[in-house]
Amino acid sequence: MKTLKQTVLMLLCIITFTACKNENKEAPISSKSVKATTPKEKSGQAFIKDDEGKPTVLHIAIGSKDHTTLVAAVQAAELENALVNAGPLMVFAPTNEAFAALPEGTVENLLKPENKDALANILKYHVTPGKYTKDFLKKFKKLGQANNGYVKVEVVDGEPLIGGAKIIASVPAGNGIVHVIDKVLLPPAE
Amino acid sequence: MKTFLKSTFALLSILVAFTSCNNASKSNSGALSSSAAEKVYVAPGEHDEFYAFISGGFSGQLSVYGLPSGRLFKVIPVFSQDAEKAYGYNEETKPMLNTSHGFVPWDDSHHPDISQTNGEIDGRWVFINGNNTPRIAKIDLSTFETTEIIEVPNSAGNHSSSFVTENSEYVVAGTRFSIPIPQKDMPIKDYKGNFKGSLSFISIDPEHGHMDIKFQLIMPGFDYDLSHPGRGKSHGWFFFTTYNTEEASTLMEVNASQNDKDFIAAVNWKKIEAYVNNGGGTMMPTRYAHNVYDEATHSATSTIKKEVRVVNPLDVPGAVYFLPTPKSPHGCDVDPSGEYIVGNGKLSANLTVHSFTKMLDAIENNKVAGDAYGIPILNFEDVLAGVVEQPGLGPLHTEFDGKGNAYTTFFISSEVVKWKLGTWEVVDRQACYYSVGHLMIPGGNSQKPFGKYVVAMNKITKDRYLPTGPEVTQSAQLYDISGEKMELLLDFPTVGEPHYAAGCPADLIKPRSKKLFKLEDNKHPYATLSEADTKVVRDGKTVHVYMTTIRSHFAPDNIEGVKVGDKVYFHITNLEQDYDVPHGVSMIGANTSELLIMPGQTETFLWEPKQVGVWPFYCTDFCSALHQEMQGYVRVSPANSNTPLKWSLGEDIE
Repeated sequence: MKTLKQTVLMLLCIITFTACKNENKEAPISSKSVKATTPKEKSGQAFIKDDEGKPTVLHIAIGSKDHTTLVAAVQAAELENALVNAGPLMVFAPTNEAFAALPEGTVENLLKPENKDALANILKYHVTPGKYTKDFLKKFKKLGQANNGYVKVEVVDGEPLIGGAKIIASVPAGNGIVHVIDKVLLPPAE
Repeated sequence: MKTFLKSTFALLSILVAFTSCNNASKSNSGALSSSAAEKVYVAPGEHDEFYAFISGGFSGQLSVYGLPSGRLFKVIPVFSQDAEKAYGYNEETKPMLNTSHGFVPWDDSHHPDISQTNGEIDGRWVFINGNNTPRIAKIDLSTFETTEIIEVPNSAGNHSSSFVTENSEYVVAGTRFSIPIPQKDMPIKDYKGNFKGSLSFISIDPEHGHMDIKFQLIMPGFDYDLSHPGRGKSHGWFFFTTYNTEEASTLMEVNASQNDKDFIAAVNWKKIEAYVNNGGGTMMPTRYAHNVYDEATHSATSTIKKEVRVVNPLDVPGAVYFLPTPKSPHGCDVDPSGEYIVGNGKLSANLTVHSFTKMLDAIENNKVAGDAYGIPILNFEDVLAGVVEQPGLGPLHTEFDGKGNAYTTFFISSEVVKWKLGTWEVVDRQACYYSVGHLMIPGGNSQKPFGKYVVAMNKITKDRYLPTGPEVTQSAQLYDISGEKMELLLDFPTVGEPHYAAGCPADLIKPRSKKLFKLEDNKHPYATLSEADTKVVRDGKTVHVYMTTIRSHFAPDNIEGVKVGDKVYFHITNLEQDYDVPHGVSMIGANTSELLIMPGQTETFLWEPKQVGVWPFYCTDFCSALHQEMQGYVRVSPANSNTPLKWSLGEDIE
């Protein structure tokens, strides 16, 4: 349902843009069409076309079939532009499976517009300013996260556990690194 | 799977749509705010309302722009040689770039700050720091020329500089990298407890602006990142952010981020000044260059100084306190009232604001949480005024509009956020394109900001301008902040990295801007004040040419008797006394920059002819209708020849 909505929205965007293009050529832009074509939240670095640079952490997530829930959440929280910055950023990316393991209704609830801040807080808890390999992460006791909280780092059987989550894959990005994890990290209640 | 496909398709299409419509959408947003165009339009012949002095970062220079138009007027050479103005190439200005490390014709210019009187910008001088080989420069805003550079000893990475106290008593320079003081050969691993940081208080002569290091406070070996003076009620104090209170010396990105809180160091400089005036502190042997440009001789001299006064903070009880501040604070900004000290923890999501009143109260009641190397640490809770909760990601710097609002830049979330002092609520946010560092409100670091515009200075522009290969311009963005919401008015490209800026109303500077140098005041040792006085003098293998320029000839314009292997100094005086009539000069084979000589000025370049022949020189500045006729010849004879030294204008050399 959500996806359908999104698709409709995007199509609308495409249509408006196409429309504006034609208008540009033929007639002065009416203020009406101008208003329609400035969807503020969709401007910024995240929307630059760049097929030569190494993909950013955001574009890696977008390109992964295992992270559609995460991507939808990032979009709902409007955090795209923060994830394409020079960084460096380290994103712990829970898989769709990890999201699915949350109590029923959790994700749906978080995706509601009124819960945008709570969702953003959880997502920012998955982001560290920095870029460290899985192996290097074993040097840390805790990581300072973008939501201002700390996540605990332990070493169990020679592997780093990030807030209890296991790193199952790591993908270097143009502006940092994505560590795929098997659990959603929930910030400790304040 | 189906869902995944759909959303991927949707994302792809939005990317495509945005890309294909990029130009259209941009022109649209311009048209949307047709008032934005009007707001930045300065009609031909009209003047801008504000000057903006934007540092060039790694270019080492300082650029002068007009606001709101974003038009570039001048690049003032400061720490780097400049071919356009012959700065650092001509004999007169070479000494400006002298240091204890020798001639260093480059630096990393960072934070300009305009002189103040009674807490208000006075537009007399702008100071700027060289970050790499620690230096502070003074630029005279009547000539827009660099007139003094002082090297800062016992410093490395001169970053928390160059901020001016509210009566321009001091320009202050803190060291980012702690080092052994005095320097010595020692293992790096012994950093902790052995390296020190210095905070230098450089006095400014109220008449001429001459700089002199009054004292250096020798502090624990942290990194002193940024600073600002107290003002109003907190005048007499200076605040410095620190990071690396861990005193790590390797992999700082991890090891300097271990402590939950670092400090803002609060320094009561008036107390230390009194101590020093009573003979306190000790003179320490060191070496640093002090370079002064004299406007009368149009020449700079460089002096190496041999000692500096250092003060141990423990010798002046009550002069230094540490205010705990979360997560490696970067920006350290003081509001116009002097009450609030904003520390921007660059790894924190929150902004921490300390209260000067609460700080004084904590000091008075001796509420001390501990100490660092004997310097008292106050309780975080005792000095905290408030916290701006999660306004953005990666806070860096804050400026003020004088109407109770603060504006903070966020690097990671790439935005400027407006918030209210006292209530700490976020009022507005505007995106920056992209990755903003500093921001500047004219007068934003004084008691009286001119809260009409804010300039955001970005580190990255990517697609914002026509591409110029891998290296694209950096940029500044102008926002109108006169209303409740900010409005983006203009992007404009900058020279080098627009690291930070200082701004002020044009009317403060414009009436005092010099138009020319009076010939009768020209005290250059090789000045030639009339054509009758022109001559060529040989002294062994050195030849001095006393030459003049006036529309449209050089005097002399024919010279014979120069030999291969000579050192020929051309001392050229521009006899014009008319506004904006400079002359240029260049000599074939001279491996120096061309000279541009202002009316009434004398400049010198060195030519070492290597080949026999008759070599032309010419005027490089389009000075007049007969500019193309402004030329001459020098005959160069073999080293052992007997060609007599002769010169002429308007007649043949016989």
